Parts: sequence; C-alpha cells; structure tokens
Amino acid sequence: MALKIVKGSIDRMFDKNLQDLVRGIRNHKEDEAKYISTCIDEIKQELKQDNIAVKANAVCKLTYLQMLGYDVSWAAFNIVEVMSSSKFTYKRIGYLAASQCFHESTDVIMLTTNQIRKDLSSPNQYDTGVALTGLSCFVTPDLARDLANDIMTLMSHTKPYIRKKAVLIMYKVFLKYPESLRPAFPRLKEKLEDPDPGVQSAAVNVICELARRNPKNYLSLAPLFFKLMTSSTNNWVLIKIIKLFGALTPLEPRLGKKLIEPLTNLIHSTSAMSLLYECVNTVIAVLISLSSGMPNHSASIQLCVQKLRILIEDSDQNLKYLGLLAMSKILKTHPKSVQSHKDLILQCLDDKDESIRLRALDLLYGMVSKKNLMEIVKKLMLHVDKAEGTTYRDELLTKIIDICSQSNYQYITNFEWYISILVELTRLEGTRHGHLIASQMLDVAIRVKAIRAFAVAQMATLLDNAHLLTGNTQRNGICEVLYAAAWICGEFSEHLEDPLSTLEAMLRPKVATLPGHIQAVYVQNAAKLFATVLRGQEGAPADRTVAQETSQLLIDRLPLFVQSANLEVQERASCILQLVKYIQKLQQKDVEVAEEVTALFAGELNPVAPKAQKKVPVPEGLDLDAWINEPPSESESEDEGRKPKGKAVFAKEESKHTKPRYTEVDEKELAKRREVRKAEQANNPFYIKASPSSQKVYQDGVGVEHIPVVQIDLSVPLKVPDQYVKLEEERRQKDKADKKKKDKKKRREKGEKGRRRKGDSGPESEEDITPAHMVDITTEEMPENALPSDDDEKDPNDPHKALDIDLDKPLADSEKKLPVRTHRPDEVLRSPVDDGEGVEVVPELKKKSGKEKKDKKKDKDRKKSKEEKKKKKHKHEEGENLMGAGSEVPVQSEDSNEVAAPPPATTTNEEAAKVSEAPSASTPEAVSGMAVVPPDSEPEEAKDTEPEDTKSSKHKKKKQKKEKEEKEKKKKKKHHHHHHHSDGAGDESVQNGNVEEEEPLPPMSNYALLAENSYIKMMCDIQGNLQDGSQVVVSVIFENKCDSFIKAMEFNVLDSLNSKLQRPEGAGPHDGLTVPFQLPPGISNEARFVFSVQSIVMPQKLKGTLTFIVKTDDSSTHEKLDFKLHFTCTSYLITTPCYSDAYAKLLESGDLKGSSLKLEGVSQPFHHLLARICFHHHFSVVERIGSCASMYSRSIQGHHVCLLVKTADQTVSIDAKCDEPGLLGNVLDEIKLTFSQC
Amino acid sequence: MIKAILIFNNHGKPRLSKFYEHYSEDTEQQIIRETFHLVSKRDENVCNFLEGGMLIGGSENELIYRHYATLYFVFCVDSSESELGILDLIQVFVETLDKCFENVCELDLIFHVDKVHNILAEMVMGGMVLETNMNEIITQVDAQNKMEKSEAGIAGAPARAVSAVKNMNLPEMPRNINIGDISIKVPNLPSFK
Repeated sequence: MALKIVKGSIDRMFDKNLQDLVRGIRNHKEDEAKYISTCIDEIKQELKQDNIAVKANAVCKLTYLQMLGYDVSWAAFNIVEVMSSSKFTYKRIGYLAASQCFHESTDVIMLTTNQIRKDLSSPNQYDTGVALTGLSCFVTPDLARDLANDIMTLMSHTKPYIRKKAVLIMYKVFLKYPESLRPAFPRLKEKLEDPDPGVQSAAVNVICELARRNPKNYLSLAPLFFKLMTSSTNNWVLIKIIKLFGALTPLEPRLGKKLIEPLTNLIHSTSAMSLLYECVNTVIAVLISLSSGMPNHSASIQLCVQKLRILIEDSDQNLKYLGLLAMSKILKTHPKSVQSHKDLILQCLDDKDESIRLRALDLLYGMVSKKNLMEIVKKLMLHVDKAEGTTYRDELLTKIIDICSQSNYQYITNFEWYISILVELTRLEGTRHGHLIASQMLDVAIRVKAIRAFAVAQMATLLDNAHLLTGNTQRNGICEVLYAAAWICGEFSEHLEDPLSTLEAMLRPKVATLPGHIQAVYVQNAAKLFATVLRGQEGAPADRTVAQETSQLLIDRLPLFVQSANLEVQERASCILQLVKYIQKLQQKDVEVAEEVTALFAGELNPVAPKAQKKVPVPEGLDLDAWINEPPSESESEDEGRKPKGKAVFAKEESKHTKPRYTEVDEKELAKRREVRKAEQANNPFYIKASPSSQKVYQDGVGVEHIPVVQIDLSVPLKVPDQYVKLEEERRQKDKADKKKKDKKKRREKGEKGRRRKGDSGPESEEDITPAHMVDITTEEMPENALPSDDDEKDPNDPHKALDIDLDKPLADSEKKLPVRTHRPDEVLRSPVDDGEGVEVVPELKKKSGKEKKDKKKDKDRKKSKEEKKKKKHKHEEGENLMGAGSEVPVQSEDSNEVAAPPPATTTNEEAAKVSEAPSASTPEAVSGMAVVPPDSEPEEAKDTEPEDTKSSKHKKKKQKKEKEEKEKKKKKKHHHHHHHSDGAGDESVQNGNVEEEEPLPPMSNYALLAENSYIKMMCDIQGNLQDGSQVVVSVIFENKCDSFIKAMEFNVLDSLNSKLQRPEGAGPHDGLTVPFQLPPGISNEARFVFSVQSIVMPQKLKGTLTFIVKTDDSSTHEKLDFKLHFTCTSYLITTPCYSDAYAKLLESGDLKGSSLKLEGVSQPFHHLLARICFHHHFSVVERIGSCASMYSRSIQGHHVCLLVKTADQTVSIDAKCDEPGLLGNVLDEIKLTFSQC
Repeated sequence: MIKAILIFNNHGKPRLSKFYEHYSEDTEQQIIRETFHLVSKRDENVCNFLEGGMLIGGSENELIYRHYATLYFVFCVDSSESELGILDLIQVFVETLDKCFENVCELDLIFHVDKVHNILAEMVMGGMVLETNMNEIITQVDAQNKMEKSEAGIAGAPARAVSAVKNMNLPEMPRNINIGDISIKVPNLPSFK
C-alpha cells in the first residue's frame, strides 16, 4: 500500500505543477494563448486520473488560469472532488478553487452541502476553517438554509479561531437566507461580549454591516455598543462601532448627545489617525443630526475643525484628503467655523494632487461671501491659467460659475466684474463648458437690466473677435458663447454703440462654419440689428445711404445662409432675405421704413415664472381630465399608469391641450419639463424683473427671484402673451393674503399631491416660496441620493432589503425553524468544556422542532412571520410562541394558568410591546421566569405538542445516541421547571452535572403580592432590562376577584428622583398609564411597565395607585387600590452565563470588593439552596464541586456580582465579590431575607 | 465590506485577484484592466484613495491602494470601511507576506499565488476583515503549512526532491525572466505609519 503511494507520487512528480505552469507561461510570451491551451489539455488529462493528488495539482493550476481570465467552470465537478479529499492539503486547494470560481448558478454546488457539513464538524479546526472561508465566497440561498444551523453551532465552538469565522460568515448567511437572522441574532449579540477579541471584533463587524443597511432595527443595541465603545481598546472594533454610531445618530438624536463626550475624549486621547478621523466624522454626524443652533456644541465643532486642520496640514496626502472630505461635511451645517480656514484651503488648491485640489474646490464653494468672492475667484482664475489637463480646468471653470451663481448670485456685488470674468473664461482652450458660460451670460444680461449696456459692449467685442474662438475647430465647445453673444447683441441692440459694425461682424462668411443652432441665432439677430441700424439713421436723412448700404450688406451676405444645410438657418435666412429685399425697394422709393421694421421686434422681453403656465386659471367649465377624444387602447393607459414620464404621455398631453391657447399641462408633465430645463441650464433660469443697481434686488421684493423665466434654449426667446404675464405680475404684487385667488388656485389644483399644493398655492409669500424651491430640489435630487430608505425604489433586488427585520420583536414560533431557543438553556449554564457534546446534540434537536413546526403549520407561520398587523392575530401568535418555547416541558398544571399571566395581552399596547422585547431578545431573561403558559392558549394544544414532540424526536434518533438526547431533554426540563414559578412537577435541580438522584425542588414563584382588595389582586415581578442599563421592567398580573367586569384600569406611580415610570411621549409626569385590557370576572392578565432608574445601588420603594371601574349589570363604580412597588437590588441583576475561565479572570482582576454572609440553620439540600439563589436572585451557577459552588450575576449597569457558596452542617457561608460594594451589601441582605423566610 | 482585492504589477499583470462578489471571468479581467488604468496614471506621493468605483457596484465604492516597488495592492471597498483602516490593513498584508516569504518580492507572488491566497484568507473572509493581528495570522498560516507538510510525509519526499532539482537553476531565473519584474523588495516597514 505504502509502496503504491510512493509509486503514485513518483509518477506525479514529473507532472507540471503550478510553478512549472507559471514558468512555462513566462517562457512563452509570444504564444501564450497557445501554450495555455496545451496546458489546459494536460490538465484535462490529469483530471481524468484517479489519483487525488494529481487532480489537486490540476485544480491548483486551474485556479491560476482562472485569475488570468480563463473560464474553468467546466472543471467544477473535479473541484468538488478535490474539496472532498480527506487530506487538508488537497481540501484547501479545492476550497480555494471553489471560492474563486463557484457562484450561485454553479449547479454542482448542491452536491457540496453534505461535504461542507462534514468539514464544518471536522475535529480538525483547519478543515472547518477552510470550509468556512470557502463557503463565505460561494454560499447560495440553499447552502445558507441547509447549513445555517451548523454554522450557528460553530458560533459557540471552543476554538476562537472557528468562532470568529463562524460569526463572520453569518452575515453572508443572513444575506442569502434572511429568515435566519432573527433566530440567530441573540447568539450573535452574545458574541459581542466574547472573551476573545477576534470573535468580538467579528461580531461587531457583522452587526455593523447589518445595521448600516437597516439602522432603525439596531437602535436598541446602542447601549451595548456604547459600553463596548467605552471599554474596547481594539481600534478596529472602535472604528466599526463609531462608524455605526454615525449611522444611528440621525435616527436617534438623544444618542448623539450621549456620544459627544466619549467621542471627544477619544479624539483627545487617541494617537491612531484612523480612529481620530472616524471619531471626528461621527461627531460631525451627531452635530448634523442634533437640530442646529445648540450653542454648547460649538466647542465640539471647534475641536473637529481644529483636528481636521491638523490633518490637512499634515504632509501625508491621505490625511490631507480625508481632512478636506470631512471638512466639507461640517461646511454644510456650520459654514462659519470652516470659513476661518480659508487660507489653508486655498493653499490646497496648489497641491500637486488632483484629488486634493478637487476636494478643496468643493470646500471653496461653501466658503464664499460677498467680501471674499472676488478674491477667491481671482485665485481660481490664476489656477485656471496654470492648470494642466482639461478635466481639472473644466472642473475649475464649473466651480467658478457655481460659486458665483449660487443662491441666485447672492454674493455678487458687481455684475460688470462677473461679465468680464465670463468673457475671460471664453479664452479657455478646449473646454466643454461653453454652453454653461453662455447660459450664464444670457441669464445675467436678461435679469440684470442695469448691466445690459456693459454686457452688450462686451458681447459685441466677442462677436468681433469670434474668429479667435472658432479658429480652432478642436475647441468648438466654447463657440456656444457666440450664441449668447449674438442673442444679447440683437435683443438689446439699443445699447450698441456701433450696431453696424456688429452687424457686419455677424455676417462674416466664417460664421457659416459655426454649428447650425448658432447660425440661426446669428441670422435672426442680424435682422434685429438691421432694424436698429435703420432706426438710428432715421433722423438724419443725409445718411440715407448708410441705411441702403446696410440693406445691401444683408442682401449680399444672407444668400450664404439660405444655402445652409441646416433647416432652421435656411428658413430664417430666406425669410429675412426677402424681407430685406422688400425694405430695400421701399428705401429706394424713399419710404420711411424704420418704424415698421422695428415693430417686428418690438416689445420688452417679459419675465415668465417657471410655474407661470401652471398658474393660468382654468376657465369655468373646462375639465382638463376629461378626454377630448375617445380614450386610447388599454395598453396606452397602462403605460401611463406605470411610467407617467413616458414619451407617449408627453405626446398625448401635448395634443390634448393644444386647444386652450395657454397650454395647461398636467403636473407630472410640468415637473418633467422643469427637470429637463434644469438639466439643460445648470443655473438658475430666472429673470430679474426690475433691474436696478445690482444685488439688492434679489433679497427684497415679494419673490422677485421667482418670477421670470425664459426658455433660452429655443432659437427665439419664448414669449408668453402679455395678458397672462400681467396677470402673473399683478398677482405677485398683491398681498399674499389674497384669499380669493388662492382659493381659486387651490380648487384648481385639487388633484395634486399635498406637498406640491403647498408650494404652489401661495407663490407670493417668501415663506411659501422657499418650500416650493425645496420641493423642486428634492424631487430632482432624490434619485441620486442613495438614502437607505430609498432602497425599495432603488433596487428591488438589493439583498439588504430582505434583512430589514425587526429584531426586537420576540421570536415567534414560526421562527423556530432555526430553533436557537431549544438549546439556549444549554448555553446559560454550560461552559465551553461541554461544548463538544453540545455540538453534536444540538443540531438534531433543532431539526426536530423545525420539522415539527413545518409539518404542523407551515403556511400559517409563513404569513405570520412576515408581519403581525392585527392585534388579534398577534395575540394568538404570541401565545403560540410561548407554547413553542415550552414545548419540551410537560403540560402545565391547571393552577399555573391562574397565576400565570399572558404576555400576549401586553402586546396590544404599543408601549408594552416594546417592553416585551426584553425577555425574548435576551437569553437569560427568556429563561428566567418568562416561560409562562398563557391562559388563553388552549390546553389541548399544549398536549398536542408534547406527544408530537416526542414522536418526532424519535424519528430523528437514527444516528443519535438515545441517552444523549434524553439527557438533553431533561436538562431543558430542568430549566423550565426551575424558572417556572408555579411548577409543581419539577423533579430536578439546576445543575448541569449528574443530579438525577437529587430531590425535587419545591415550587417557586417570583411573582410577589403587590396589593389586593375585594375586587382585584395584583402580583408583580421586577426584572432588569438587559438592553438598557437604566430600565427595569415590572410585570404586573391583575386578577379580577369579583363577579363584575373591571375596566378602565389606570396604573400610576409617584415617581421618585431615582426611579421614574416611563410614560408615552406627551404624557405629563403625573399621568397614569392605561392598562391595555379589561378583565371579565375571574380572569387574570398581565401588563408590563417600564421604569427608568438611575442608581441601582440601593433598593427603592415607590408608591402607586391603580384606579379602575367596576361595572355591574346596572351600575358602575370607581375604585382604587394603593400599592407599594419594591425595587430590590436583586431586581437589577440579570441572569448572565459566565464561563469558569472568564470567572476566574474576573476574580483575579482585583477590581472587586469582597463581603461575606453566614446563614445558620439552613436545612435544605444544597441544590435547592442554589436553585433558590439562582431563581430569586438571578444568579447562574458557574461551577459546582461537592458542597461548594461559584455563582455569577450581572447588574443591568454591568456590575459583576460573584458568589462563592459553601455549606457545611446547616450553615451556609457566602463569600461575595462585586465592583459596587453598596449593591453587594444590599443583595446579600436580600439573600438573607429569602432564606429567613423559608 | 471589501468588494475585491487585486494585486497587479506595474504593467497591469494580475498577481492575485480576489472578488467577493461574482463576476464572469471577462468582467474580472476588465475590472483589473480598468483599475490598473486608474491607479497607474497617478503619481507617487498623491493620496491613496480613488473615487469613481464605476467598476464594482457603482459610486458607493472607492479604491484604496498602495504601491510597493513593482506591485500595486488595490482594495475596492464600500463606505462601511475606514479608509485609513484599510490602508493599515494593506500594510499588515504586505508585512505578513514579507514574514511568510522571508523578504517577499514579486516572484514569490508569481509562483506562489496559492500561498498568498491562503494568507489572505486568514485576514479577510467573504469581504469582511477577519483578523488584523499579524502574529495571529502568521501563527494560523504556519500551523496549516505544518499540517500540509506532515500530510505529505514520506510520500511528499520525492516530490520535494524533484522540485528542489527543478529549482536548482533558480538563481538564473531572474535573469532568464525579462524586465524588472523581480528584484523588488517590500520597502522596510518603518517608513509607514
């Protein structure tokens, strides 16, 4: 045998291995493809052999070829073969190849399930590790579903190496199999506190990744992360957590306030730049989320800005870049603090790194003011000159224009300066942004009347020098400017000093080389100029020749344009040519023509608001929604419904509304047009109505800036009939409280969406205008903003959408397909030493109950697991949920139903529902005391589950050792009994050892009598809330003792300084809480109330009152019942599992202070004693040796409490240690009390 | 999340590609080419971040890279990763390679891409950072290599002998292999933060 192996490997050693392949490829540079194809043939031969070593070698080579771009999917089956080799060496090769080339549609993947499962449970941790690594790359929904349980088990593996990999891969599993998220989440959360930093970091990683996509579901983890943040020293973990907080704060500003301080401390203390940077980023996010104007945070802003300045000044380009990036975030909310660093940012414009320059440019945009605008632009112009590379220069150009034109030219004090800047920019070679400059020129010239003379003069010069711009065909981008120049000169020709020479310049033959749309403008405006020239000559008959020469000039030059290939140019040119010829005839007859010609182009260009069309009132009796013709075929209407912006709709609308002269188009249509227009004219396309001296105009006036728009992209400026414009103007000048018109408008816009209506109904008032603006902005920019909430629209296939799952909701039974719950109790007490056993047992158990559920109510559960909307349904399910949890427990005794409270009732009230998350979301609590059978769940069902349970478990025993299963089951029972307050049938004790021989435990209940009168009895239990270190949950059972109906119960407590009842938002501090149910005679029900506590060191007493109405057949009476709530220190403790190693470490740490207690004359058996401590005081047993046991618990605020309990001769001595001596003292007193009572 | 990790040389030849999302081989090659194009035209001494991850998953992603001698190490990540953190991670990766290969040079990556994959697998798993502690990574890699060796046992001996023979002319190899592919040492660590 050995010989054979050696022989095999000798055969093999002359095979080509990976190194040989690489070497070969490198030696065949010229015919690489050919060489590789022969290699592939060889590989195919090798794959056919039986020797796994040969196959592995072949697969290894294939992995390399895959990297070079060769498709190797044909070898997928061989890869699977190699993966299933028993040797680690080959297995690793196989998994690597699989991770490189398998994907969801690789069909052999389904063959791998069992192999992977086997590898996952391999005794060799590296087999498991390799399988996990591979799986992380090619996990499919099927694999995820089939292996979720196995991986979940690995999350508690003894080896941290496996644990961390298992934790990480869960994220992939969640993505592919979202149903696993809720069942697995509690365990994932536990891993946040894993003793191994690597595992902890992995858990943080996964939760951060989950939370980033659906932050709202993870808000409840904030306290836990907060604790981690203040305790962790691992920078990786810290960065992740801090980033996560950055995502959470926008949802919960209160969290932000809490964060500021620790983050500031970190900023001050850390030396790691990466951490510092993320802290600054999150502080910025916090500051943004806190509603602005919090003066006390200016210090934080200053700190951030200061630190960022240090980053920007650093010689490391990376820090510089990031500093600028973060700075721009601050800029949005706190521009002032950034502005003081203008010098630094300008300096960055000189940086040799283009990315940094671009970042600096972004920043500049927000930093300009009236004072510094000219200076900044001057600097930028210098950079434009220096800039190499057109991309950066174009970027500079757009930035200059953006900066100047922002907020409606807010910062420009001198428009002559701006025009000259624009003219200067036209000298830029090869820019793509001629159009942008042109639209700016038009915009300014049209809207700022005072500037027109200057602008026209500048434009005339431009036209005169047009050859400079068009000289090089390469830079045709800039010739767009001529479009603006020609139009401005024509339209405002009265300002021209020498119209004739401009006219001459516009008719140069060279013009014919310009793009058609520009020529068209040239021709049209030449006519306008002609009119001006004629009028100029009118007064002086002596110069009649000039006029005639001008006509002749046109007649000479226009034929060139008549021949243009461009239709528009041709049409206009021939029109005007004929006109001029006619004029010439008249001139020869000495007829005064100037007036008539001028009349052709007369009329002030009137401003039109962007919404002007829409504002045109609809005449009485015109129904715009009515079809004019028969509705088109259904496909048409379907189309309209689905994508209202479709072309067909456009055309439809257009033709439909041509009849009314003032085209009234529907809202969507208009929005679309607006968008198109905006896209075309990057800048604000409004006119300014009244000109005067510069900038003041924009601020004053009733929405002056809103009024006017002209569609300059038309060849001829759009003119709207005067009557409507006047109407529009009048309206604007009128008081905004002009109700009549508003109403009219409102009526007209009835059908529109709410927010639109708001913007449109009162365009006159400043207040109304601002939102109107915002409406436009949001509707436009939304699609680009990848807001998390947008996901639905953005990408229906986004895997993260499926993970938007409420994790705080208690697990429903339907989710027990991955029944973490079944083995949760193990975890509570089991230390990792036992895990070897657990690993094998647990999956079987899981499947058992999974199958059971599937069999029983598959479809039902499907529906439920989605979302419970109806309260009734919800209630029902909750009941089942608990049933499910107790399904391993024998049927509850009748009397338990009386005392037991039905948690479902609590969920009827929103607030209480929130409370109920506590028990189910956290393992220990779920175990301690909450496993109550609800009274409204039928006992038959309870019995049903039991036999079925055993039955199905029998099915599953094929491979399973019977004893193990049974032992497991008994353990479960133990827990349930143990925690069950009214369990009479309990026959085993708490410990995890072989305790079968020990005596049964007497029934115990944590529910203590709170108050009682002849009508009602209140029992209560107080539990800490693990998720929030300052919350305590009080569960109160109300039992109706009388024969009448009890309703309108109101629960109220007199708050103390330390403890406060949490009331719904908006309720006063003395308002009572309505109990969310009514009680028929003889019925009991449970409600929960949340209290916030500050100090947990001392026990507390709170006085309270329950008021209620007792309703008999004929009358109803108001009653009340006073009670005293006793918050013991015990109630702040939470059963928390602790492994013995961690426990030992804790004791060694020396942070804990000791205290001790002796109890005399305790006659109970030791295990009962322990059970009592566990049950009543929320401890868990860490280790028990003989008559000595160590126990552990933790307070909701994270204090560790350790007990060492020894017993000898009816004397029990308890040595206790805790990091809070006050708390410890009180807990010991309470323990003493417990034992003195029994 | 890390979307992809690419290593290629100054000529754009891929030395390692690890995609954490599936792409066809052609797309992968195109991504490598485009990434190389983007990265290679940047000067030394400019920042190591590149927006414009049009390649993988759109604009949410960015490229974070480092250039060591003849090799570019490029990580394509989304916004959940800290930029500086990833830079550190690349450094850890390279240092780990340096330790595992004892003075790593491009040739090591060329001939032992499988080993590089194994090392990477101990650092990043499924696009998420698994371990950042270099010693831990090396411990795990070494332990696995040891296992591999012990598995080979006697049977592995002849193969080892042959490969030793094959590598006899290795000293000449650098000269046989054209251009400056080789000879590249990872710069010594202190120069990095």
